[in-house]
Amino acid sequence: MKAYALKKIALLFPLLFGITLITFVLTKALPGDPVYSMVGERASPQVIEKIRKQIGSDKGVIRQYVGYASLLLTGEMGRSYYSNRKVMDEIIAKFPNTLKLAVGAMCIAVPLGIFLGMTSAINRNRALDRMISVFSITGLSIPVFWSGLVLMLIFSLRLKLLPPSGTGDIRYLLLPAVTLSLPALASVVRVTRVSVLEIIEMPFIRTARAKGIKERSVTTVHMLKNALIPVITVIGLEFGSYLSGAVLTETIFGWDGIGRFMMEGITKRDYPVIMGCIIVSTVVFVLVNLLVDVIYICVDPRVRADGTER
Amino acid sequence: MGLNGKIALALIMTILALSLLAPYIVSYDPDAIDLDSLRHPPSEKHLLGTDNKGRDILARVLHGGKITISIAVLAALISMTTGLFIGLMSGYFGGKLDMFFMSAVDLILAFPSLLLAIGVSVIFPPGIYTVMIALSAVGWAPFARLIRGQVIVLREASFVEAARSIGCSNKRILLVHILPQCIPLAFVMTGLKLGGYILTEAALSFLGLGPQPPAATWGSMISANRVFISSAPWMVLSPGILIAITALSFNILGDDLRDKHAVQRHDKSL
Repeated sequence: MKAYALKKIALLFPLLFGITLITFVLTKALPGDPVYSMVGERASPQVIEKIRKQIGSDKGVIRQYVGYASLLLTGEMGRSYYSNRKVMDEIIAKFPNTLKLAVGAMCIAVPLGIFLGMTSAINRNRALDRMISVFSITGLSIPVFWSGLVLMLIFSLRLKLLPPSGTGDIRYLLLPAVTLSLPALASVVRVTRVSVLEIIEMPFIRTARAKGIKERSVTTVHMLKNALIPVITVIGLEFGSYLSGAVLTETIFGWDGIGRFMMEGITKRDYPVIMGCIIVSTVVFVLVNLLVDVIYICVDPRVRADGTER
Repeated sequence: MGLNGKIALALIMTILALSLLAPYIVSYDPDAIDLDSLRHPPSEKHLLGTDNKGRDILARVLHGGKITISIAVLAALISMTTGLFIGLMSGYFGGKLDMFFMSAVDLILAFPSLLLAIGVSVIFPPGIYTVMIALSAVGWAPFARLIRGQVIVLREASFVEAARSIGCSNKRILLVHILPQCIPLAFVMTGLKLGGYILTEAALSFLGLGPQPPAATWGSMISANRVFISSAPWMVLSPGILIAITALSFNILGDDLRDKHAVQRHDKSL
């Protein structure tokens, strides 16, 4: 298992190279010259030249990448063209907010999702199952930026129960967390349902029932434990993508996290901000999924150390 | 096709027909500014109300539907074709080619997909083609992986061996013997992915990376009008409901196709 985890970690490096290269190429190809948007079209050539030197965009592309990569190795991601603050510091300052939001969303999605998925599977093809299935497929189909606005309309603007936007305590967290949790909730429900349905047919469940074990402990101990394994993957994927900045939800609710920071960077063509956000987000995403892989091995003895199933 | 699938297909067809026939249904020009009727609530004159510039929302929503659905469908077809091609090559020839393509697939799937789509779409000037490129640049990877898996199984099948033994060229084996076996799978996956494409298109438009104003898309209508959510909620509600209904119909259709083809045991990635 150690070897497997190490192999996975070793894979990070080519991946990181690929990611930095892609983000670098992507942001280099961005339309518009950031120098002009900083000083305005009418600035004197001397000023423009000076700023070009300052941000290094007068050098060759390869040298720019090498410079960027070596800066990255020292944990330095450059400074924002606009605020002149260090991108890394900003990201570190905003990450706890993103983390708070992601954890909040998962606290809603995971328990509720597993509960609904189990209920759905146990009542297969009955009315309850149909209702839950309709709910989950609808959850997957509603865009978060819209459900967020509707929730904001109902709970903040009409009922005036919660603040419409901003970053802060639980009252600010509630609406964005619920909004963000909807798609994850839907996928957790669906995966749990399919997974439990597969387990229900297994002989060991029948054995457990035949032994006279109470139905409640059959479902919680025998079924749930085995059915949760594929669910972990989904939870990991969703959590990873929330940690990497819920761009839409954070933008709508003015939640001061990485997603909103990146969106601001994109609208202002602030290259270091965009690159920094994409790199940090991707690394976090990859690390979370690595962690999930390791948990997977711990939970499921059938997954052998080399990562192949059964 | 099951009953759910049929209803979903009928809904999609209805929305598509309404969008295509929009000029015959609504007499208003979707981009015509009318300063005498700003932010009118839904009424007989304007069934879904008007927006901040007095434009008829029904007309805009229908025109937006045409743009959103065609972007999603075209991007899905581009992803499918690219994925089919790469999956066939990768699975059939194996070796270094396979390693190269599959590393690319892993790299793309290692990104959170919306982030990558945003990354790609900021390169090009915002517009219809940019969104299509962004969706397909991310979308081909799962297709390629799925098809490759299928081809690896088929490559060893006895009918392929038979074809090889009578002297068929690789090209003929791939195009005549293997490709037809992959197409149903590819279409099932397209069905499953279309709902997601609609949502991603809407998200990109919402973020201002899609077709530019005055062109109407569902996502951009929501983002342009969201400041009026309290005073004029109808401006935001109708495009959102349409996104949800369309994505929902595609998702139901996709599920239905998958269940009918019973491929989910075949490949877990579906």
